[in-house]
Amino acid sequence: MTVDRRWRITLRTVALGYLALLLVIPIGLVFYRTFEHGVMAVWDSVTTPAAISAFWLTITVTLIAVPLNTIFGVLCALALARGRFRGKPILNAIIDLPFAISPVVIGLALVLVYGRGGWLGDLPFQVIFAVPGIVLATIFVSVPFVVREVTPVLMEIGDEQEQAASTLGANRWQTFWRITLPAIRWGVAYGIVLSVARCIGEFGAVSVVSGKISGETETLTLLVEERFQNFDLAGAYAASALLALIALGTLLAMTKINPRRDDE
Amino acid sequence: MIAVRDVRKSFGDFVALDNVSLEIPDGSLTSLLGPSGSGKSTLLRIIAGLEEPDQGTVEIHGDDATRVPPQRRGIGFVFQHYAAFKHMTVRDNVAFGMKIRKQPKQRVQERVDELLEVVGLAGYQQRYPNQLSGGQRQRMALARALAVEPRVLLLDEPFGALDAKVRAELREWLRRLHDEVHVTTVLVTHDQEEAMTVSDHIAVMDHGRIEQVGGPVELYDRPANPFVMSFLGPVSKVGERLVRPHDITLSLTPDDCGQQATVTRVVHLGFEVRVELEVEGEGSVSAQMTRYEAEQLELVEQDVVWVRATGRTAVPA
Amino acid sequence: MTTAALTLRRPGGRPGALGLGISTLWLSFIVLLPLAAVVVRSTDGGWDAFWDVVTSRQSIAALRFTLEVSLACTVINAVSGTLIAWVLVRDRFRGKSIVNALIDLPFALPTIVAGLTLLALYGPTSPVGINVAFTQAAVLMALLFVTLPFVIRSVQPVLIELDKEMEEAALSLGAGNRTVFLRVILPNLVPAILSGAALAFARAVGEFGSIILLSGNIPFKTQVASVFIFKQIESDNPIGAAAISVVLMAISLIVLIGIRGLGRWGARHDR
Repeated sequence: MTVDRRWRITLRTVALGYLALLLVIPIGLVFYRTFEHGVMAVWDSVTTPAAISAFWLTITVTLIAVPLNTIFGVLCALALARGRFRGKPILNAIIDLPFAISPVVIGLALVLVYGRGGWLGDLPFQVIFAVPGIVLATIFVSVPFVVREVTPVLMEIGDEQEQAASTLGANRWQTFWRITLPAIRWGVAYGIVLSVARCIGEFGAVSVVSGKISGETETLTLLVEERFQNFDLAGAYAASALLALIALGTLLAMTKINPRRDDE
Repeated sequence: MIAVRDVRKSFGDFVALDNVSLEIPDGSLTSLLGPSGSGKSTLLRIIAGLEEPDQGTVEIHGDDATRVPPQRRGIGFVFQHYAAFKHMTVRDNVAFGMKIRKQPKQRVQERVDELLEVVGLAGYQQRYPNQLSGGQRQRMALARALAVEPRVLLLDEPFGALDAKVRAELREWLRRLHDEVHVTTVLVTHDQEEAMTVSDHIAVMDHGRIEQVGGPVELYDRPANPFVMSFLGPVSKVGERLVRPHDITLSLTPDDCGQQATVTRVVHLGFEVRVELEVEGEGSVSAQMTRYEAEQLELVEQDVVWVRATGRTAVPA
Repeated sequence: MTTAALTLRRPGGRPGALGLGISTLWLSFIVLLPLAAVVVRSTDGGWDAFWDVVTSRQSIAALRFTLEVSLACTVINAVSGTLIAWVLVRDRFRGKSIVNALIDLPFALPTIVAGLTLLALYGPTSPVGINVAFTQAAVLMALLFVTLPFVIRSVQPVLIELDKEMEEAALSLGAGNRTVFLRVILPNLVPAILSGAALAFARAVGEFGSIILLSGNIPFKTQVASVFIFKQIESDNPIGAAAISVVLMAISLIVLIGIRGLGRWGARHDR
């Protein structure tokens, strides 16, 4: 149906207006405010020892969580798309849990298991208020992404190519490596990009488990909060701008990878 | 020779194959012919090793292959929807089996080029499957399957996804290829014309059972039961028998051995004429005859004629 | 029954059984174990303590506010999301692809930054004088920000795939634009809208980072359940926090099942 011009303009205005007020203008303002005092000020702000340490901690945690979730995500997707077993709905529900549970509850859950008096509270190394806790929290929240992106791709392409490969003599590993993996590579890439964004941006769960020890267990997101609470608004903006830049970079990667996916 | 013995296969409550036994001679082109649900694809996949039978055995060239995985059966398989490796070039697709077997690069190159020549895709080495037509993709799939010199070539409704003209061309081409290459070939199809044109032997299947096995002429002229007869060609029921419409004679003079009928429609099919009749107490029947014969009778709607079957091919209904 | 309809077993043994086993272990360790701890340990202090915490005035107020504002957010999203999806699919204008890409920004942006961003424009330092910080409206706004993509991304593909011929048939039968939209297009979008709404609701109910700076966390006014739980943890009362968490999770589950059920009831005509 072709909507008449007046309606079209109205709808467009309302939609774009909503997006502008909620999304675009606030972000634009943050960037403006951040660089209001010049790029050098921002640079100084993001290169303080605390900031650098926060940056590296965030990167480290992400570099641990994402590969792990990618491997297990692909395994899980294979099980869901190619396997035959009862309980697929249950598996699906568990994978979706990180989406449905509040990050604070996730942090709490980890404290109840690994904290003082917890079920696994007596491990020889510290988990809560230390890096392992942050890693566990970050892994938890980014569990679903790779699975959710790869499973539909696997189902869509079907397993005929894999059957063909087996009739041509390929064993399971060869089939996976030469046929399945190349077919899902864009799904995996997209899932990885989403996971990375989620890991870098995690706040609630990490808030609970990290103890926010500056220079040790403070991630970039926690740094933003700390600076804000300490009335260092400019510093908070600077760190936010850094995170926002990373987010925009992620967005760019998402946009580039997504169309590639539809081509396959 | 491929020997299938007493194979049974069910999917849940559905019985796909019910005690099926079949022998496929070496070097022959055998079709498994039947309607959907007859079990022909399942049987083919069991021969391939892509399915395991619940009961029964499969022997390939004397070795028990029942539990052997498809990788090690020495088969070539061609799928209805090509199963092309989308992310590989035509060359890499065809070379796949040989690369898995770690054959030397030179040999792989030569054989791929040779095969592409044979299937009429010379020069297409660097193209991708999505740049090929359906018919071309299927020929590539065939080249790919043949590259590893299989002992048995299995084709699962290979031309089902192609349009009529391409299908007819590829059919001819497959037969000629088989005459040159002589690999034991098993073809699954629901198209009786395809089976008749291409095969040395046909196994007609229905509801998980083999109804009859034989050459095309044998099956057409001497069907074992009504199902086979009606599957392989048109049938008309006259009296208590099924006959071919060609084998029905009509006469304008009363005939004690025949049945009275009224002409309901005369359809001109070019060089043949189909006469549709309403037989007293029986229902409608079709007879087919040449134009010449029809002109002799000068049939018009509502004419009364006497119908008799000449009994060359007939099966109790 | 075609070959395609038969689910194939990869021959040579149960496929991915190992993969399934490893995935299950991984998920159990990472996800199930901690969540089980919350549920089980919520009654560590006994059932009485559980009820006391959960039915305390502050707790009820927080839960209630959370539900109300999340539902409001979900309803607004259902409408605005469909509208925006419509414009993105059916309209043409310069920069549309950039706008389309921006929709995913709330997915990519850390929640704390989202909160700070909204605070910049709508808080005490607002350049245009709007200051809704520490109000319930601020919480709603934060939730609208973080849940923006869900309904849009859910509806877009359905709109794109929508059979044009259905609309054309309706038009040929004399239906006006409004009728076509309300009776042909919208019914087909409802499952996607509900699906997106369910995701938005689940996200809103647990949202923390974007709210914490904006809302002031005023008990009985702008305190949401997630912040209340956080405060309990900070006050060294993790068991109480667990109790409230259990209630929060139960409520979300019920509402989600309700939304799904609504979807199924609406789809009863579909074949």
